[in-house]
Amino acid sequence: MTRVPAHPGPRRVPELVCPAGSLPALKAAVDHGADCVYTGFRDATNARNFAGLNFSLPELEIGIRYARDRGARVLIALNTYPQAHNYAAWCAAVDRAAALGAHAIIVADAGLMAYAAKRHPDLALHLSVQGSATTYEAINFYADRFGIRRAVLPRVLTLQQVAQVVAHARTEIEVFAFGSLCVMVEGRCQLSSYVTGQGPNLNGVCSPASAVRWSETAAGREVRLAGVLVDRFAPGENAGYPTLCKGRYRVEDATGYAIEEPVSLNTLTMLPKLCAMGVRAVKIEGRQRSVAYVAEVTAVWRAAIDACVADPEHFTIDERWDARLGRLAEGRQVTLGVFHRSWR
Amino acid sequence: MSDDANRADATALTAGATHRRVSPRLALGPLAYYWPRAEVHAFYDDVATLPVDVVYLGEVVCGKRHEVSFVDWMAIGRALATTGKEVVLSGLALPESETDLRVLRRLVGNGTFAVEANDMGMVRLAAEAQVPFVVGPHVNAYNLATLGLLCDAGAMRWVMPIDLGADALRAMIPLPLPVEVFAFGRLPLAWSARCFTARARDRAKDDCGFTCCDDPDGLSLATLDGEALFVLNGIQTQSARPSSLANVIGEAAALGVSVLRVMPQARHTVDIVRAFRDAIDGRVAADEAARTLETLTGATRAGYWRGMAGMGPRVESRP
Repeated sequence: MTRVPAHPGPRRVPELVCPAGSLPALKAAVDHGADCVYTGFRDATNARNFAGLNFSLPELEIGIRYARDRGARVLIALNTYPQAHNYAAWCAAVDRAAALGAHAIIVADAGLMAYAAKRHPDLALHLSVQGSATTYEAINFYADRFGIRRAVLPRVLTLQQVAQVVAHARTEIEVFAFGSLCVMVEGRCQLSSYVTGQGPNLNGVCSPASAVRWSETAAGREVRLAGVLVDRFAPGENAGYPTLCKGRYRVEDATGYAIEEPVSLNTLTMLPKLCAMGVRAVKIEGRQRSVAYVAEVTAVWRAAIDACVADPEHFTIDERWDARLGRLAEGRQVTLGVFHRSWR
Repeated sequence: MSDDANRADATALTAGATHRRVSPRLALGPLAYYWPRAEVHAFYDDVATLPVDVVYLGEVVCGKRHEVSFVDWMAIGRALATTGKEVVLSGLALPESETDLRVLRRLVGNGTFAVEANDMGMVRLAAEAQVPFVVGPHVNAYNLATLGLLCDAGAMRWVMPIDLGADALRAMIPLPLPVEVFAFGRLPLAWSARCFTARARDRAKDDCGFTCCDDPDGLSLATLDGEALFVLNGIQTQSARPSSLANVIGEAAALGVSVLRVMPQARHTVDIVRAFRDAIDGRVAADEAARTLETLTGATRAGYWRGMAGMGPRVESRP
């Protein structure tokens, strides 16, 4: 396969893109070596619309200045889908992001992208993972029309398929490298909205806490979402958050995690391959996670990327990296996810 | 599309704004399940005799399924077209590989029928080839700005996302193109790279043995207390119970809905189509048709249409 140099740049180093759900998390990411930090406003314009999370305008102003002074960049996620009744609010959020001097906005909705491209031609556009673009044809649809600079790939493609996209997309490509794993294609999941009326696409939430009920029963500790039994835990069993895709169910004669077990994605071992194929940025999931999590994961990935770039042929995983990341992983289990075909 | 159909769509387009009532047309959506080739042919032989106006054909769920080839779908389409039905070829919702893209290019280049794009990649292919396309329910087109872009790219009809309802639709009138709504069937809720049917049968996706062919209506998933919740259909997750708009056909028509889509099932498809036809034509009251379908299929009234959770309001069984 011939690689088409769609976006010639001086560096083949993937940028490290880290999450921040608060100003302290943003500072931690910058301090520990993030190239970019992605953030969101404190409302439904982004897909982590959780209580107590995200940024007020003054906080973002401080955060953007903090990052810029230290050579890092701030991205603002506006990656939910506006409708007729709230469309103006999403456009206003684009205007705010531009006025703040964000390096780029991360957008899923095509209409909103058109607005941003027209109104703020200097504001870089990234296609959000919520845009569900799984092929270069889909990515180039947005590139043709809005000149998007980067696309974030849904966590569904194998390494070979990622390489194919990188070769033919007319944008930079960013992939998820570490963090919680959506087993469903982002932007293509209505499980939460089906059960609770609130979902990622329109509300920026998944399995919202307001719909969760825990109860102790003779059969064990039960957790329900809007009345639907998502899981039942034996005494002493680690009880996780009742996300619908991570529940235990019955299918035919078997009971268990019918859709997905709670595991985290960790692609450290694939870093040299991702670099070699020209992936432009690797993303850490977890705007809802703690400051300590952001600091730790950022530090490990900074060290790994630097080591990989310095000597890609002899890149090996430092045991301490694995140990540090393993402690942070959901369910304490990690997977290569779909990059590794057998997972599928 | 026939001239009559074009006129019906054009009239319906403005009906919401002018409160003129036009009967929606009835569509049979694409078959979501994997059935043996002979059964697919037999099914569409029956469809030829059914009172549906539009038929969507093709594989939307899994690019590996091969019982029915492109050539087969074209033959089925030509046969249906001779009965006066509008035929549309539907594309994959989750194309991943170059092979999948080749399939989509072939659909777009079929030379005879319009296509349904179920992802932005196929939208781009159709736009470049200047082939009219239906914006399928799996494209996230939630607002007028996005619909305007899709119209510019050549969209001829918009299937409203399943999670939008009457209020959302009302707020978008007048629409720049005809609208179709998902009116009956198990809701297509989620898509994954992972095949849950293969997982349930302890098989790798790459060596799935096409085990989904054993489940003509998908594979039921129930909660630990026995509530039917989802249906696993390969990489797609559906609602366990069909969602029905039968009781609000009149309201949908008044909002200018041009096409009502019902989905194929292994059982009851003929009864579902006839119930909708009778209600649309006024032979049976919509409420009565709705009750008939609820009894027959276990359908629920669509919560999404009322701006609620898709499964509708439920009474919690325990405090």
